[in-house]
Amino acid sequence: MYAQMVKTDAPRIKSRSEMDPRERAFQERIDAGQKIEPKEWMPEGYRRTLIRQISQHAHSEIVGQLPEGNWITRAPTLERKAILLAKVQDEAGHGLYLYCAAETLGVSRDALYDQLHSGKAKYSSIFNYPTLTWADIGAIGWLVDGAAIMNQVPLQRCSYGPYARAMVRICKEESFHQRQGYDILMKMVKGTTAQKAMVQDALDRWWWPSLMMFGPSDDASVHSAQSMAWKIKQNSNDELRQKFVDQTVPQAEYLGLTVPDPDLTWNEEKGGYDFGEPDWNEFFEVIAGNGPCNAERLGARRQAWDDGAWFRDGLTAHAEKATARRARSVAAE
Amino acid sequence: MAQTIAMEAAVDRAALFEFLLGMGDNTLVLGHRLSEWCGHAPALEEDIALANTALDLIGQTQLWLGLAGEVEGNGRNADELAFLRDAREFRNLLLAERPNGDYGRTLMRQFLFDAWHYLALKGLRASSDPRIAAIAEKTSKEVAYHLERSRDLVIRLGDGTAESHARMKKALDELWSYTGEMFVNEAHDAALAAAGLAPEPESLKPEWNTLVAETLCAATLGKPQDGYMHRGGKRGLHTEHLGYVLAEMQFLQRAYPGASW
Repeated sequence: MYAQMVKTDAPRIKSRSEMDPRERAFQERIDAGQKIEPKEWMPEGYRRTLIRQISQHAHSEIVGQLPEGNWITRAPTLERKAILLAKVQDEAGHGLYLYCAAETLGVSRDALYDQLHSGKAKYSSIFNYPTLTWADIGAIGWLVDGAAIMNQVPLQRCSYGPYARAMVRICKEESFHQRQGYDILMKMVKGTTAQKAMVQDALDRWWWPSLMMFGPSDDASVHSAQSMAWKIKQNSNDELRQKFVDQTVPQAEYLGLTVPDPDLTWNEEKGGYDFGEPDWNEFFEVIAGNGPCNAERLGARRQAWDDGAWFRDGLTAHAEKATARRARSVAAE
Repeated sequence: MAQTIAMEAAVDRAALFEFLLGMGDNTLVLGHRLSEWCGHAPALEEDIALANTALDLIGQTQLWLGLAGEVEGNGRNADELAFLRDAREFRNLLLAERPNGDYGRTLMRQFLFDAWHYLALKGLRASSDPRIAAIAEKTSKEVAYHLERSRDLVIRLGDGTAESHARMKKALDELWSYTGEMFVNEAHDAALAAAGLAPEPESLKPEWNTLVAETLCAATLGKPQDGYMHRGGKRGLHTEHLGYVLAEMQFLQRAYPGASW
Protein backbone atom coordinates (compact mmCIF):
# COMPACT_ATOMS: atom_id res chain seq x y z
CA MET A 1 0.00 0.00 0.00
CA TYR A 2 1.47 3.31 -1.01
CA ALA A 3 -0.83 5.34 1.24
CA GLN A 4 -0.87 4.39 4.91
CA MET A 5 -3.01 5.67 7.75
CA VAL A 6 -4.70 8.48 5.85
CA LYS A 7 -6.61 10.76 8.21
CA THR A 8 -10.07 12.04 7.33
CA ASP A 9 -10.67 14.92 9.81
CA ALA A 10 -13.74 12.97 10.99
CA PRO A 11 -14.23 12.75 14.76
CA ARG A 12 -16.96 10.20 13.92
CA ILE A 13 -19.17 9.34 10.97
CA LYS A 14 -22.25 11.49 10.58
CA SER A 15 -25.62 9.75 10.49
CA ARG A 16 -27.97 10.56 7.59
CA SER A 17 -30.08 12.80 9.82
CA GLU A 18 -27.02 14.88 10.80
CA MET A 19 -26.09 15.53 7.17
CA ASP A 20 -27.23 18.64 5.39
CA PRO A 21 -29.18 18.00 2.16
CA ARG A 22 -26.11 18.38 -0.07
CA GLU A 23 -24.10 15.94 2.03
CA ARG A 24 -26.98 13.49 2.00
CA ALA A 25 -27.35 13.71 -1.79
CA PHE A 26 -23.58 13.22 -2.12
CA GLN A 27 -23.59 10.14 0.11
CA GLU A 28 -26.51 8.70 -1.84
CA ARG A 29 -24.60 9.05 -5.09
CA ILE A 30 -21.62 7.25 -3.51
CA ASP A 31 -23.86 4.50 -2.19
CA ALA A 32 -25.36 4.08 -5.67
CA GLY A 33 -21.85 3.48 -7.01
CA GLN A 34 -21.65 6.72 -8.98
CA LYS A 35 -18.29 8.38 -9.65
CA ILE A 36 -17.59 11.86 -8.31
CA GLU A 37 -15.92 14.14 -10.87
CA PRO A 38 -13.64 17.16 -10.26
CA LYS A 39 -16.01 20.09 -10.72
CA GLU A 40 -18.84 18.57 -8.70
CA TRP A 41 -19.71 19.55 -5.14
CA MET A 42 -18.08 17.39 -2.47
CA PRO A 43 -17.73 17.65 1.32
CA GLU A 44 -14.55 19.42 2.35
CA GLY A 45 -13.48 16.36 4.37
CA TYR A 46 -13.82 14.13 1.28
CA ARG A 47 -11.71 16.54 -0.76
CA ARG A 48 -9.02 16.84 1.91
CA THR A 49 -8.88 13.09 2.53
CA LEU A 50 -8.44 12.42 -1.17
CA ILE A 51 -5.69 15.02 -1.45
CA ARG A 52 -3.88 13.39 1.48
CA GLN A 53 -4.23 9.90 0.05
CA ILE A 54 -3.45 10.69 -3.59
CA SER A 55 -0.48 12.90 -2.72
CA GLN A 56 0.91 10.31 -0.30
CA HIS A 57 0.59 7.80 -3.10
CA ALA A 58 2.29 10.17 -5.57
CA HIS A 59 5.11 10.96 -3.13
CA SER A 60 5.64 7.21 -2.65
CA GLU A 61 6.07 6.76 -6.39
CA ILE A 62 8.74 9.44 -6.68
CA VAL A 63 10.61 8.57 -3.49
CA GLY A 64 10.38 4.97 -4.69
CA GLN A 65 12.64 5.88 -7.62
CA LEU A 66 15.55 6.18 -5.18
CA PRO A 67 15.95 2.65 -3.75
CA GLU A 68 15.58 1.13 -7.22
CA GLY A 69 17.63 3.79 -8.94
CA ASN A 70 20.35 2.75 -6.53
CA TRP A 71 20.92 -0.37 -8.68
CA ILE A 72 20.43 0.87 -12.26
CA THR A 73 24.12 1.65 -12.67
CA ARG A 74 25.01 -1.77 -11.19
CA ALA A 75 22.43 -3.95 -12.95
CA PRO A 76 24.14 -7.22 -13.94
CA THR A 77 23.18 -7.37 -17.64
CA LEU A 78 22.14 -4.90 -20.32
CA GLU A 79 18.66 -6.42 -20.44
CA ARG A 80 18.16 -6.18 -16.67
CA LYS A 81 19.42 -2.60 -16.80
CA ALA A 82 16.95 -1.70 -19.55
CA ILE A 83 14.07 -3.37 -17.68
CA LEU A 84 14.91 -1.55 -14.45
CA LEU A 85 15.21 1.79 -16.26
CA ALA A 86 11.81 1.23 -17.86
CA LYS A 87 10.35 0.32 -14.49
CA VAL A 88 11.68 3.37 -12.70
CA GLN A 89 10.47 5.50 -15.57
CA ASP A 90 7.01 3.97 -15.12
CA GLU A 91 7.07 4.82 -11.40
CA ALA A 92 7.92 8.44 -12.15
CA GLY A 93 5.09 8.42 -14.69
CA HIS A 94 2.72 7.12 -12.01
CA GLY A 95 3.83 9.98 -9.79
CA LEU A 96 3.06 12.48 -12.54
CA TYR A 97 -0.31 10.89 -13.20
CA LEU A 98 -1.24 10.96 -9.52
CA TYR A 99 -0.12 14.56 -8.97
CA CYS A 100 -2.38 15.47 -11.90
CA ALA A 101 -5.25 13.59 -10.24
CA ALA A 102 -4.60 15.51 -7.00
CA GLU A 103 -4.53 18.80 -8.92
CA THR A 104 -8.11 18.20 -10.04
CA LEU A 105 -9.00 18.71 -6.35
CA GLY A 106 -7.62 22.25 -6.38
CA VAL A 107 -4.10 21.84 -5.03
CA SER A 108 -0.91 22.54 -6.99
CA ARG A 109 1.93 20.08 -7.46
CA ASP A 110 4.36 22.62 -6.00
CA ALA A 111 2.24 22.88 -2.83
CA LEU A 112 2.28 19.10 -2.51
CA TYR A 113 6.06 19.04 -2.95
CA ASP A 114 6.36 21.61 -0.18
CA GLN A 115 4.40 19.30 2.11
CA LEU A 116 6.70 16.40 1.24
CA HIS A 117 9.88 18.43 1.68
CA SER A 118 8.76 19.91 4.99
CA GLY A 119 7.95 16.44 6.33
CA LYS A 120 4.26 17.29 6.69
CA ALA A 121 3.17 14.78 4.06
CA LYS A 122 4.23 11.14 4.31
CA TYR A 123 5.19 8.53 1.77
CA SER A 124 5.13 4.75 2.14
CA SER A 125 7.30 3.44 4.99
CA ILE A 126 8.74 0.76 2.69
CA PHE A 127 10.97 3.16 0.78
CA ASN A 128 12.94 3.95 3.91
CA TYR A 129 14.60 0.54 3.75
CA PRO A 130 17.89 0.13 1.88
CA THR A 131 18.50 -1.91 -1.30
CA LEU A 132 21.67 -3.74 -0.33
CA THR A 133 21.98 -6.39 -3.04
CA TRP A 134 20.67 -7.05 -6.54
CA ALA A 135 18.18 -9.54 -5.06
CA ASP A 136 16.53 -6.59 -3.33
CA ILE A 137 15.49 -5.28 -6.75
CA GLY A 138 13.75 -8.59 -7.40
CA ALA A 139 12.21 -8.58 -3.92
CA ILE A 140 10.85 -5.05 -4.36
CA GLY A 141 9.16 -6.00 -7.62
CA TRP A 142 7.74 -9.20 -6.17
CA LEU A 143 6.75 -8.08 -2.66
CA VAL A 144 6.45 -4.30 -2.69
CA ASP A 145 4.74 -4.04 -6.06
CA GLY A 146 2.73 -7.13 -5.10
CA ALA A 147 1.47 -5.42 -1.94
CA ALA A 148 0.80 -2.22 -3.88
CA ILE A 149 -1.32 -4.12 -6.41
CA MET A 150 -3.29 -5.73 -3.60
CA ASN A 151 -4.25 -2.27 -2.43
CA GLN A 152 -4.63 -0.61 -5.81
CA VAL A 153 -6.86 -3.13 -7.56
CA PRO A 154 -9.83 -2.20 -5.32
CA LEU A 155 -8.92 1.49 -5.75
CA GLN A 156 -9.90 1.14 -9.40
CA ARG A 157 -13.42 1.22 -8.00
CA CYS A 158 -12.76 4.26 -5.81
CA SER A 159 -15.58 6.82 -5.82
CA TYR A 160 -13.39 9.64 -7.14
CA GLY A 161 -13.26 9.34 -10.95
CA PRO A 162 -9.76 10.68 -11.72
CA TYR A 163 -8.13 8.54 -9.01
CA ALA A 164 -10.03 5.41 -10.05
CA ARG A 165 -9.05 5.90 -13.69
CA ALA A 166 -5.40 6.54 -12.81
CA MET A 167 -5.42 3.23 -10.94
CA VAL A 168 -6.56 1.25 -13.97
CA ARG A 169 -3.46 2.17 -15.89
CA ILE A 170 -1.13 2.00 -12.90
CA CYS A 171 -2.31 -1.50 -11.96
CA LYS A 172 -1.51 -2.83 -15.43
CA GLU A 173 2.05 -1.57 -15.19
CA GLU A 174 2.48 -2.72 -11.60
CA SER A 175 1.56 -6.30 -12.40
CA PHE A 176 4.13 -6.23 -15.17
CA HIS A 177 6.72 -4.99 -12.64
CA GLN A 178 5.77 -7.72 -10.20
CA ARG A 179 6.38 -10.41 -12.80
CA GLN A 180 9.72 -8.84 -13.70
CA GLY A 181 10.76 -8.81 -10.04
CA TYR A 182 9.79 -12.45 -9.62
CA ASP A 183 11.72 -13.29 -12.78
CA ILE A 184 14.90 -11.76 -11.31
CA LEU A 185 14.54 -14.04 -8.30
CA MET A 186 13.66 -17.12 -10.36
CA LYS A 187 16.86 -16.72 -12.29
CA MET A 188 18.89 -16.26 -9.10
CA VAL A 189 17.50 -19.25 -7.20
CA LYS A 190 18.43 -21.44 -10.17
CA GLY A 191 21.96 -20.02 -9.99
CA THR A 192 24.88 -20.37 -7.62
CA THR A 193 24.75 -20.96 -3.85
CA ALA A 194 25.74 -17.34 -3.31
CA GLN A 195 22.86 -16.15 -5.50
CA LYS A 196 20.35 -18.32 -3.65
CA ALA A 197 21.59 -17.03 -0.31
CA MET A 198 21.22 -13.47 -1.61
CA VAL A 199 17.56 -14.13 -2.46
CA GLN A 200 16.79 -15.66 0.95
CA ASP A 201 18.49 -12.72 2.65
CA ALA A 202 16.36 -10.30 0.60
CA LEU A 203 13.17 -12.10 1.64
CA ASP A 204 14.31 -12.09 5.27
CA ARG A 205 14.74 -8.31 5.18
CA TRP A 206 11.72 -7.34 3.02
CA TRP A 207 9.04 -9.71 4.32
CA TRP A 208 8.01 -7.82 7.47
CA PRO A 209 8.32 -4.31 6.01
CA SER A 210 6.09 -5.53 3.13
CA LEU A 211 3.41 -6.68 5.59
CA MET A 212 3.69 -3.30 7.31
CA MET A 213 2.84 -1.58 4.03
CA PHE A 214 -0.83 -2.31 4.71
CA GLY A 215 -0.68 -0.34 7.94
CA PRO A 216 -1.72 -1.46 11.43
CA SER A 217 -5.09 -3.05 12.01
CA ASP A 218 -7.72 -0.40 11.33
CA ASP A 219 -10.90 -2.23 12.33
CA ALA A 220 -11.45 0.32 15.11
CA SER A 221 -10.29 3.37 13.13
CA VAL A 222 -12.87 6.11 12.54
CA HIS A 223 -10.72 7.42 9.67
CA SER A 224 -10.89 4.08 7.88
CA ALA A 225 -14.63 3.80 8.51
CA GLN A 226 -15.16 7.26 7.03
CA SER A 227 -12.93 6.46 4.03
CA MET A 228 -14.91 3.29 3.48
CA ALA A 229 -18.25 5.13 3.73
CA TRP A 230 -16.93 7.48 1.04
CA LYS A 231 -15.65 4.51 -0.99
CA ILE A 232 -12.16 5.94 -1.02
CA LYS A 233 -11.10 2.76 0.72
CA GLN A 234 -12.71 -0.61 0.02
CA ASN A 235 -11.07 -3.15 2.33
CA SER A 236 -9.63 -3.14 5.83
CA ASN A 237 -5.85 -3.28 6.27
CA ASP A 238 -6.08 -6.76 7.80
CA GLU A 239 -8.16 -8.11 4.91
CA LEU A 240 -5.59 -6.90 2.39
CA ARG A 241 -2.67 -8.19 4.46
CA GLN A 242 -4.30 -11.63 4.70
CA LYS A 243 -4.84 -11.70 0.95
CA PHE A 244 -1.23 -10.71 0.36
CA VAL A 245 0.13 -13.43 2.64
CA ASP A 246 -2.14 -16.06 1.07
CA GLN A 247 -0.96 -15.11 -2.39
CA THR A 248 2.72 -14.70 -1.58
CA VAL A 249 3.58 -17.71 0.59
CA PRO A 250 3.10 -20.26 -2.24
CA GLN A 251 5.23 -18.05 -4.48
CA ALA A 252 8.00 -18.09 -1.86
CA GLU A 253 7.72 -21.87 -1.66
CA TYR A 254 7.98 -22.15 -5.44
CA LEU A 255 11.25 -20.23 -5.22
CA GLY A 256 12.43 -22.65 -2.53
CA LEU A 257 12.58 -19.92 0.10
CA THR A 258 11.68 -19.88 3.78
CA VAL A 259 9.34 -17.12 4.92
CA PRO A 260 10.91 -15.65 8.08
CA ASP A 261 7.88 -16.16 10.31
CA PRO A 262 7.88 -19.08 12.81
CA ASP A 263 4.13 -18.60 13.34
CA LEU A 264 3.22 -19.08 9.70
CA THR A 265 0.86 -22.06 9.30
CA TRP A 266 -1.94 -22.99 6.93
CA ASN A 267 -5.34 -22.73 8.59
CA GLU A 268 -7.63 -25.18 6.83
CA GLU A 269 -10.72 -23.82 8.54
CA LYS A 270 -10.35 -20.25 7.32
CA GLY A 271 -8.75 -21.31 4.05
CA GLY A 272 -5.80 -18.99 4.62
CA TYR A 273 -2.55 -18.66 6.52
CA ASP A 274 -2.15 -17.72 10.15
CA PHE A 275 0.89 -15.54 10.55
CA GLY A 276 2.81 -13.52 13.12
CA GLU A 277 2.41 -9.88 14.01
CA PRO A 278 4.82 -7.38 12.40
CA ASP A 279 6.88 -5.28 14.79
CA TRP A 280 4.64 -2.22 14.92
CA ASN A 281 7.15 -0.32 17.04
CA GLU A 282 9.53 -0.52 14.11
CA PHE A 283 6.74 0.67 11.79
CA PHE A 284 5.95 3.72 13.93
CA GLU A 285 9.65 4.56 14.25
CA VAL A 286 10.01 4.46 10.45
CA ILE A 287 6.89 6.62 10.02
CA ALA A 288 8.32 9.03 12.59
CA GLY A 289 11.46 9.45 10.49
CA ASN A 290 13.78 6.94 12.17
CA GLY A 291 13.96 4.26 9.48
CA PRO A 292 17.36 3.29 8.04
CA CYS A 293 17.03 5.61 5.02
CA ASN A 294 14.50 8.33 5.94
CA ALA A 295 17.12 11.08 6.14
CA GLU A 296 18.77 10.09 2.84
CA ARG A 297 15.51 9.69 0.94
CA LEU A 298 13.98 12.97 2.00
CA GLY A 299 17.36 14.69 1.80
CA ALA A 300 17.78 13.51 -1.80
CA ARG A 301 14.34 14.79 -2.77
CA ARG A 302 14.90 18.15 -1.12
CA GLN A 303 18.29 18.54 -2.71
CA ALA A 304 16.96 17.63 -6.16
CA TRP A 305 14.30 20.31 -5.76
CA ASP A 306 16.62 23.00 -4.37
CA ASP A 307 19.43 22.31 -6.84
CA GLY A 308 16.92 22.38 -9.69
CA ALA A 309 15.42 25.77 -8.85
CA TRP A 310 17.65 27.59 -11.37
CA PHE A 311 16.57 25.14 -14.08
CA ARG A 312 12.86 25.66 -13.47
CA ASP A 313 13.32 29.44 -13.16
CA GLY A 314 15.29 29.49 -16.41
CA LEU A 315 12.53 27.72 -18.31
CA THR A 316 9.89 30.04 -16.86
CA ALA A 317 11.94 33.12 -17.76
CA HIS A 318 12.41 31.87 -21.31
CA ALA A 319 8.69 31.21 -21.69
CA GLU A 320 7.95 34.76 -20.53
CA LYS A 321 10.49 36.21 -22.95
CA ALA A 322 9.07 34.17 -25.81
CA THR A 323 5.54 35.34 -25.01
CA ALA A 324 6.69 38.97 -24.88
CA ARG A 325 8.52 38.59 -28.20
CA ARG A 326 5.43 37.13 -29.83
CA ALA A 327 3.30 39.97 -28.46
CA ARG A 328 5.77 42.54 -29.84
CA SER A 329 5.84 40.94 -33.25
CA VAL A 330 2.02 40.82 -33.39
CA ALA A 331 1.90 44.50 -32.35
CA ALA A 332 4.40 45.42 -35.07
CA GLU A 333 2.33 43.81 -37.83
CA MET B 1 25.23 -12.84 -46.45
CA ALA B 2 27.87 -13.57 -49.08
CA GLN B 3 28.09 -9.85 -49.71
CA THR B 4 28.60 -9.19 -46.00
CA ILE B 5 31.36 -11.73 -45.72
CA ALA B 6 33.08 -10.32 -48.79
CA MET B 7 32.95 -6.85 -47.28
CA GLU B 8 34.35 -8.02 -44.02
CA ALA B 9 37.20 -9.61 -45.88
CA ALA B 10 37.90 -6.40 -47.78
CA VAL B 11 38.08 -4.35 -44.61
CA ASP B 12 40.10 -5.49 -41.70
CA ARG B 13 37.65 -7.26 -39.43
CA ALA B 14 39.44 -5.77 -36.42
CA ALA B 15 38.84 -2.25 -37.75
CA LEU B 16 35.12 -2.89 -38.05
CA PHE B 17 35.08 -4.39 -34.56
CA GLU B 18 36.79 -1.27 -33.16
CA PHE B 19 34.30 0.97 -34.89
CA LEU B 20 31.29 -0.96 -33.55
CA LEU B 21 32.76 -0.95 -30.05
CA GLY B 22 33.02 2.82 -30.34
CA MET B 23 29.33 3.14 -31.19
CA GLY B 24 28.24 0.77 -28.40
CA ASP B 25 30.61 2.15 -25.78
CA ASN B 26 29.40 5.70 -26.38
CA THR B 27 25.79 4.73 -25.78
CA LEU B 28 26.68 2.47 -22.83
CA VAL B 29 28.79 5.03 -20.97
CA LEU B 30 26.47 7.95 -21.64
CA GLY B 31 23.46 5.81 -20.71
CA HIS B 32 25.23 5.04 -17.44
CA ARG B 33 25.87 8.70 -16.73
CA LEU B 34 22.21 9.59 -17.36
CA SER B 35 21.10 6.75 -15.09
CA GLU B 36 23.02 8.36 -12.24
CA TRP B 37 20.39 11.13 -12.25
CA CYS B 38 17.54 8.75 -11.47
CA GLY B 39 15.29 10.37 -8.85
CA HIS B 40 17.51 13.47 -8.57
CA ALA B 41 16.48 15.55 -11.60
CA PRO B 42 15.13 19.11 -11.15
CA ALA B 43 11.58 18.22 -12.25
CA LEU B 44 9.57 15.01 -12.48
CA GLU B 45 9.26 15.42 -16.25
CA GLU B 46 13.07 15.52 -16.46
CA ASP B 47 13.41 12.32 -14.42
CA ILE B 48 11.10 10.65 -16.90
CA ALA B 49 12.87 12.08 -19.94
CA LEU B 50 16.34 11.12 -18.68
CA ALA B 51 15.29 7.58 -17.85
CA ASN B 52 13.74 7.35 -21.29
CA THR B 53 16.88 8.59 -23.02
CA ALA B 54 19.07 6.27 -20.93
CA LEU B 55 16.77 3.40 -21.84
CA ASP B 56 17.14 4.19 -25.56
CA LEU B 57 20.91 4.34 -25.19
CA ILE B 58 21.13 1.02 -23.35
CA GLY B 59 18.92 -0.58 -26.01
CA GLN B 60 21.21 0.81 -28.70
CA THR B 61 24.20 -0.59 -26.80
CA GLN B 62 22.70 -4.08 -27.06
CA LEU B 63 22.49 -3.68 -30.84
CA TRP B 64 25.96 -2.23 -31.43
CA LEU B 65 27.84 -4.47 -29.03
CA GLY B 66 25.82 -7.47 -30.20
CA LEU B 67 27.00 -6.83 -33.75
CA ALA B 68 30.53 -6.13 -32.52
CA GLY B 69 30.62 -9.57 -30.90
CA GLU B 70 29.32 -11.15 -34.09
CA VAL B 71 31.95 -9.40 -36.20
CA GLU B 72 34.73 -10.29 -33.76
CA GLY B 73 33.76 -13.94 -34.08
CA ASN B 74 35.14 -15.07 -30.73
CA GLY B 75 31.75 -15.90 -29.25
CA ARG B 76 31.55 -12.81 -27.03
CA ASN B 77 28.04 -11.38 -26.69
CA ALA B 78 26.99 -7.81 -25.87
CA ASP B 79 26.97 -8.45 -22.12
CA GLU B 80 30.46 -9.91 -22.12
CA LEU B 81 31.73 -6.93 -24.05
CA ALA B 82 29.98 -4.48 -21.72
CA PHE B 83 30.80 -6.10 -18.40
CA LEU B 84 34.09 -7.92 -18.89
CA ARG B 85 36.36 -5.46 -20.69
CA ASP B 86 38.64 -3.12 -18.80
CA ALA B 87 38.92 0.62 -19.38
CA ARG B 88 41.80 0.41 -21.86
CA GLU B 89 39.63 -1.68 -24.18
CA PHE B 90 36.77 0.86 -24.20
CA ARG B 91 36.43 3.00 -27.32
CA ASN B 92 33.93 5.67 -26.26
CA LEU B 93 34.49 9.40 -26.72
CA LEU B 94 35.88 11.17 -23.66
CA LEU B 95 32.84 13.45 -23.80
CA ALA B 96 30.54 10.54 -22.90
CA GLU B 97 32.39 9.77 -19.68
CA ARG B 98 32.59 13.38 -18.42
CA PRO B 99 30.94 13.52 -14.96
CA ASN B 100 27.38 14.84 -14.82
CA GLY B 101 28.13 18.05 -12.92
CA ASP B 102 25.04 20.22 -12.52
CA TYR B 103 21.97 19.65 -14.69
CA GLY B 104 23.20 22.29 -17.12
CA ARG B 105 26.41 20.40 -17.77
CA THR B 106 24.47 17.16 -18.25
CA LEU B 107 22.21 18.84 -20.81
CA MET B 108 25.06 20.55 -22.64
CA ARG B 109 27.02 17.28 -22.84
CA GLN B 110 23.87 15.63 -24.18
CA PHE B 111 23.33 18.27 -26.84
CA LEU B 112 26.94 18.24 -28.08
CA PHE B 113 26.83 14.45 -28.22
CA ASP B 114 23.32 14.19 -29.73
CA ALA B 115 24.26 16.55 -32.56
CA TRP B 116 27.20 14.30 -33.45
CA HIS B 117 25.26 11.10 -32.84
CA TYR B 118 22.42 12.21 -35.08
CA LEU B 119 24.75 13.06 -37.96
CA ALA B 120 26.82 9.91 -37.52
CA LEU B 121 23.70 7.74 -37.68
CA LYS B 122 22.41 9.65 -40.68
CA GLY B 123 25.60 8.67 -42.49
CA LEU B 124 25.44 5.10 -41.23
CA ARG B 125 21.97 4.59 -42.64
CA ALA B 126 23.72 4.43 -46.02
CA SER B 127 26.32 1.92 -44.81
CA SER B 128 27.25 -0.80 -47.26
CA ASP B 129 26.80 -3.30 -44.42
CA PRO B 130 23.04 -3.90 -44.15
CA ARG B 131 23.37 -4.82 -40.47
CA ILE B 132 24.87 -1.42 -39.68
CA ALA B 133 22.35 0.36 -41.89
CA ALA B 134 19.48 -1.39 -40.09
CA ILE B 135 20.72 -0.41 -36.62
CA ALA B 136 21.29 3.16 -37.79
CA GLU B 137 17.81 3.30 -39.28
CA LYS B 138 16.18 2.15 -36.07
CA THR B 139 18.26 4.19 -33.64
CA SER B 140 18.32 7.43 -35.63
CA LYS B 141 14.60 7.88 -34.95
CA GLU B 142 15.29 7.79 -31.21
CA VAL B 143 18.31 10.03 -31.50
CA ALA B 144 16.42 12.60 -33.59
CA TYR B 145 14.16 12.99 -30.59
CA HIS B 146 17.09 13.18 -28.14
CA LEU B 147 18.54 15.99 -30.23
CA GLU B 148 15.26 17.83 -30.49
CA ARG B 149 14.92 17.74 -26.71
CA SER B 150 18.48 18.63 -25.72
CA ARG B 151 18.69 21.37 -28.35
CA ASP B 152 15.44 22.90 -27.14
CA LEU B 153 16.56 22.89 -23.51
CA VAL B 154 19.97 24.40 -24.34
CA ILE B 155 18.21 27.25 -26.15
CA ARG B 156 15.68 27.85 -23.41
CA LEU B 157 18.21 27.76 -20.57
CA GLY B 158 20.81 29.80 -22.47
CA ASP B 159 18.15 32.42 -23.08
CA GLY B 160 16.52 32.11 -19.65
CA THR B 161 17.68 33.85 -16.47
CA ALA B 162 21.14 35.33 -15.89
CA GLU B 163 21.93 32.31 -13.74
CA SER B 164 20.76 29.70 -16.24
CA HIS B 165 22.70 31.53 -18.96
CA ALA B 166 25.86 31.58 -16.82
CA ARG B 167 25.54 27.89 -15.98
CA MET B 168 25.05 26.88 -19.61
CA LYS B 169 27.96 29.06 -20.70
CA LYS B 170 30.22 27.51 -18.06
CA ALA B 171 29.12 24.01 -19.11
CA LEU B 172 29.85 24.81 -22.75
CA ASP B 173 33.30 26.17 -21.94
CA GLU B 174 34.13 23.14 -19.80
CA LEU B 175 33.01 20.63 -22.41
CA TRP B 176 34.13 22.28 -25.63
CA SER B 177 37.64 20.81 -25.59
CA TYR B 178 36.07 17.34 -25.59
CA THR B 179 34.22 17.88 -28.88
CA GLY B 180 37.20 17.77 -31.24
CA GLU B 181 37.70 14.06 -30.75
CA MET B 182 34.42 13.30 -32.51
CA PHE B 183 35.92 14.44 -35.83
CA VAL B 184 39.42 12.99 -35.64
CA ASN B 185 40.12 10.19 -38.10
CA GLU B 186 41.78 7.22 -36.48
CA ALA B 187 44.00 4.74 -38.35
CA HIS B 188 41.18 2.50 -39.55
CA ASP B 189 38.63 5.19 -40.44
CA ALA B 190 39.75 5.80 -44.01
CA ALA B 191 39.48 2.10 -44.86
CA LEU B 192 35.98 1.91 -43.35
CA ALA B 193 34.92 4.93 -45.36
CA ALA B 194 36.46 3.58 -48.56
CA ALA B 195 34.46 0.36 -48.13
CA GLY B 196 31.31 2.45 -47.65
CA LEU B 197 30.83 1.07 -44.15
CA ALA B 198 30.90 4.33 -42.19
CA PRO B 199 31.41 8.01 -42.94
CA GLU B 200 34.79 9.45 -42.08
CA PRO B 201 34.59 11.27 -38.74
CA GLU B 202 36.01 14.49 -40.16
CA SER B 203 33.31 14.54 -42.84
CA LEU B 204 30.67 15.14 -40.15
CA LYS B 205 32.29 18.30 -38.89
CA PRO B 206 30.84 21.00 -41.21
CA GLU B 207 27.24 19.98 -40.60
CA TRP B 208 27.84 19.61 -36.85
CA ASN B 209 29.45 23.06 -36.74
CA THR B 210 26.44 24.60 -38.45
CA LEU B 211 23.90 22.84 -36.26
CA VAL B 212 25.77 23.68 -33.06
CA ALA B 213 26.48 27.28 -34.06
CA GLU B 214 22.79 27.89 -34.91
CA THR B 215 21.65 26.40 -31.62
CA LEU B 216 24.20 28.27 -29.52
CA CYS B 217 23.29 31.50 -31.29
CA ALA B 218 19.58 30.96 -30.53
CA ALA B 219 20.62 30.21 -26.93
CA THR B 220 22.53 33.55 -26.83
CA LEU B 221 25.63 31.59 -25.81
CA GLY B 222 27.87 31.90 -28.84
CA LYS B 223 30.21 29.22 -30.11
CA PRO B 224 33.58 29.01 -28.32
CA GLN B 225 36.82 29.35 -30.28
CA ASP B 226 38.36 26.01 -31.17
CA GLY B 227 41.46 25.60 -29.03
CA TYR B 228 43.24 22.57 -27.70
CA MET B 229 41.16 19.43 -28.08
CA HIS B 230 41.48 16.35 -25.86
CA ARG B 231 41.55 12.98 -27.54
CA GLY B 232 42.33 9.35 -26.81
CA GLY B 233 38.99 7.72 -26.00
CA LYS B 234 38.63 6.13 -29.42
CA ARG B 235 42.05 4.52 -28.90
CA GLY B 236 41.32 3.37 -25.35
CA LEU B 237 43.18 6.18 -23.60
CA HIS B 238 40.56 7.50 -21.19
CA THR B 239 40.25 9.93 -18.31
CA GLU B 240 40.37 8.68 -14.73
CA HIS B 241 36.57 8.82 -14.60
CA LEU B 242 35.93 5.78 -16.79
CA GLY B 243 37.55 3.38 -14.31
CA TYR B 244 35.00 4.33 -11.67
CA VAL B 245 32.10 4.05 -14.11
CA LEU B 246 33.20 0.51 -14.96
CA ALA B 247 33.93 -0.46 -11.35
CA GLU B 248 30.31 0.31 -10.58
CA MET B 249 28.78 -1.01 -13.78
CA GLN B 250 30.71 -4.29 -13.80
CA PHE B 251 30.54 -5.02 -10.06
CA LEU B 252 28.19 -8.03 -10.12
CA GLN B 253 29.76 -9.70 -13.14
CA ARG B 254 33.22 -9.30 -11.61
CA ALA B 255 32.27 -10.29 -8.05
CA TYR B 256 30.34 -13.42 -9.12
CA PRO B 257 32.20 -14.75 -12.17
CA GLY B 258 30.15 -17.04 -14.37
CA ALA B 259 26.83 -16.46 -12.60
CA SER B 260 23.75 -15.83 -14.75
CA TRP B 261 21.34 -13.09 -13.90
